[in-house]
Amino acid sequence: MKPLPTDRLRRVEAWGMTVGGPCYVFRPSTVEGILDAFDAARNAGKTVAIKGGGNSYGDAFLNREAFVLDLSRMRRILEWNPATGVIQVEPGATIADVWQYVLEDGWWPPVVSGTAAVTLGGALAANIHGKNNYRAGPIGEHVRAVWLLTPGGDVLPLSPSQNSELFYAVIGGFGGLGVVVAAEIQLKKVYSGLLDVSAFATGRWVETLDRLDELAQSNDYAVGWVDGFALGAKAGRAILHSANYLKEGDDPHPEESLSVEFQQIPTTVFGIPKTALPRLLRPWVRPLTMRWINSLKYRSGKRQDGHRFRQGLAPFNFLLDSIPNWKHAYRPAGLVQYQVFTPKESSSQLFPSLIAMAHEHGFPPFLAVLKRHRPDPFLLSHAVDGYSLALDFRVHGKRWEKFLSLANEMTELALAAGSRFYLAKDSVLSSDQYERAVGADAVQQYRELKSRLDPEGLLSSELLRRVLLKD
Amino acid sequence: MHSKWKNAIVVGATGGIGKEIASQLLSSGTNVALVGRDGTKLDSLADELRREDARAISVPCDVRQLETVEPAFQEAIEKLGGLDLIVYAAGVMPRVEPNEYNTEKDAEIIAVNLTGAIAWLNLAAKRFERAREGTIVGIGSVAGDRGRKGNPVYAASKAGLETYLESLRNRLAPNGVSVVTVKPGPVETPMTADRGKLPGMISADRAARLILRAAGKPNKTAYIPGKWWLVSKILRAIPSPLFRRLNI
Ligand SMILES: Cc1cc2nc3c(=O)[nH]c(=O)nc-3n(C[C@H](O)[C@H](O)[C@H](O)COP(=O)(O)OP(=O)(O)OC[C@H]3O[C@@H](n4cnc5c(N)ncnc54)[C@H](O)[C@@H]3O)c2cc1C
Ligand SMILES: NC(=O)c1ccc[n+]([C@@H]2O[C@H](COP(=O)([O-])OP(=O)(O)OC[C@H]3O[C@@H](n4cnc5c(N)ncnc54)[C@H](OP(=O)(O)O)[C@@H]3O)[C@@H](O)[C@H]2O)c1
Repeated sequence: MKPLPTDRLRRVEAWGMTVGGPCYVFRPSTVEGILDAFDAARNAGKTVAIKGGGNSYGDAFLNREAFVLDLSRMRRILEWNPATGVIQVEPGATIADVWQYVLEDGWWPPVVSGTAAVTLGGALAANIHGKNNYRAGPIGEHVRAVWLLTPGGDVLPLSPSQNSELFYAVIGGFGGLGVVVAAEIQLKKVYSGLLDVSAFATGRWVETLDRLDELAQSNDYAVGWVDGFALGAKAGRAILHSANYLKEGDDPHPEESLSVEFQQIPTTVFGIPKTALPRLLRPWVRPLTMRWINSLKYRSGKRQDGHRFRQGLAPFNFLLDSIPNWKHAYRPAGLVQYQVFTPKESSSQLFPSLIAMAHEHGFPPFLAVLKRHRPDPFLLSHAVDGYSLALDFRVHGKRWEKFLSLANEMTELALAAGSRFYLAKDSVLSSDQYERAVGADAVQQYRELKSRLDPEGLLSSELLRRVLLKD
Repeated sequence: MHSKWKNAIVVGATGGIGKEIASQLLSSGTNVALVGRDGTKLDSLADELRREDARAISVPCDVRQLETVEPAFQEAIEKLGGLDLIVYAAGVMPRVEPNEYNTEKDAEIIAVNLTGAIAWLNLAAKRFERAREGTIVGIGSVAGDRGRKGNPVYAASKAGLETYLESLRNRLAPNGVSVVTVKPGPVETPMTADRGKLPGMISADRAARLILRAAGKPNKTAYIPGKWWLVSKILRAIPSPLFRRLNI
């Protein structure tokens, strides 16, 4: 066995800052570079975890004391056809790279996450969803082809019609089956860089969920913010937003709104540079002040009930990017997101119980976000015909065990309600819980594909070892 | 109590203080790599100290053989599965006669107490700096505070070690790494066995407890026990011409 490449040792940290540690990081710029990293890992007797932009909240790209393959240098746009909207990219190209490249030609990524820092490789491995999931499905449904580099060194083309079993497993497969080294995606035609947005206030859980469902039936996007501190009679009060692409001719100056400059988010608020905000916000990210902020947000939202306005595609979709490193406001604690995907029928029962339970355990959710989903054909799909509720918790290392016990209780309740979970956000599931959520058959099929493609078990990560692959 | 460290290296784990440190770490759930020269001794020590919830592994290394340090360091980390604490507790203090000037003997002291420490702790510093976490503990001595007549090079080795540790601390603190210097007074161990009962002497068990307590405080410099701080202040304040006349 060769000595470890100690010069490559770096701290790698989960996006939520709750877990991290030293990993041997390789940043290849070519497929050959990836294969060299594989060889180095074999020589050192180590496994390799793939990392894109590092935006997964938990341990999806972590591999402490072992190798991490950081693909952020492989970010070229390989081919672009402005007539058809088909783009071919390297895996490290981010959603920001893509939209900024194509917008002026009148195209937009059909599915985006709440941050544009996500790479296409990471987006496909997690099979991300947007605020339009109920309509557009996950990003995987817009992929024409991906090229998968197996640990053995073959590059396999995958598409819904070629190697389709693998296609549906690799997308959403969290980097355990191979490295996506290129992807071809069909983008969405847009006639303006603006969306028609409407805001609504709702009072209780049943009303909130029904209203979101209604909005989902007639709008391109629908999303809800829920006051995570409102309990009892006020529980479930929310501000919902729906949005629609503009039709051809609706925007008098499309050339203006379809420019990158137009979509840019200002770098200061009230004259304060946004980079300084997380530090200034830090003392506010505490239960008492967050209760007040949530309530204020609800009340100001309520005054805007029925308000219609136009908003740029980027500011609407990437609201969270408007404050760089906003997560640092949670320091010195970390940020855990707990997200459940629950069938329509059981959501109105489950969601209030989860929030009440969190409060009882002393972990009020500082942010609660609601989305509408539909099932999709991917092997490890996290989506169901129902809703997702994402809860953001501030968790200090000292209270980690306490949080785990809350999460465990929440998970058992959510499983009983037929929920699924999204590994990109997960930090807490056990393999047994994950298997109950996604189904034993799916897990079995994934493992079979894994032993076929990666018999030596080279590709791994802390997440995969925790929930999907038995040691 | 459960320890804040998962994996530790104790260099000089067969010694009086080192063994107690290793044993207390293991009882609080920390895995420990035991380092010393004698593999057989280390193996039986590992058997003695190992716990159900904490592994003790033996990593033989003679710190004077510098080329063996890096492989031993890597082996320890590999076997532990990580590292967040290193305690350098190896040291020698041979008897030196008042009129003895033996460079070979002196070089030996420097090799174990200072160069060996630098070899191990440089590796730890490099790793912790990159990992942005970790604790380094070095054992100085009250003997390093003044140039006494008794054992010039032992005193110099401890003074050198303390200055080295201070530099490490100043380098590494911004990266979230803690460098702790502990300065014991006399401790009952094989090192002091032939010196009789020295004033203020404490047991190795107590010394280890106090050392680990100090190690938990970021970037601490601590006398062991604390009373030596005052003694040292007074000793340091004595002007050289006067100090020279004292029989200490
Ligand atoms: C602020 C914020 C908002 C978010 N909003 C949403 C949202 O609205 N919807 C949503 O679905 N998600 C959302 N996410 C989650 C995010 O989209 C996923 O975690 C995504 O996987 C991150 O992509 P990444 O490039 O950062 O990949 P990483 O986090 O680095 O990796 C994610 C996974 O992909 C694997 N991987 C990465 N590249 C490759 C490759 N080339 N080949 C094979 N496997 C690979 C990794 O091994 C890992 O398992 C959000 C995250 C943040 C921080
Ligand atoms: N005891 C005191 O009064 C006192 C006071 C202040 C400071 N200190 C310091 O505390 C530390 C521990 O002292 P102690 O009293 O515990 O001494 P000790 O009982 O004599 O133990 C010394 C340790 O150093 C190791 N060592 C010596 N030479 C080595 C080498 N070449 N390579 C690897 N390991 C070597 C020994 O291991 P092997 O022999 O098994 O190799 C042993 O584990 C020393 O730095 C000492 O200077 C002691």
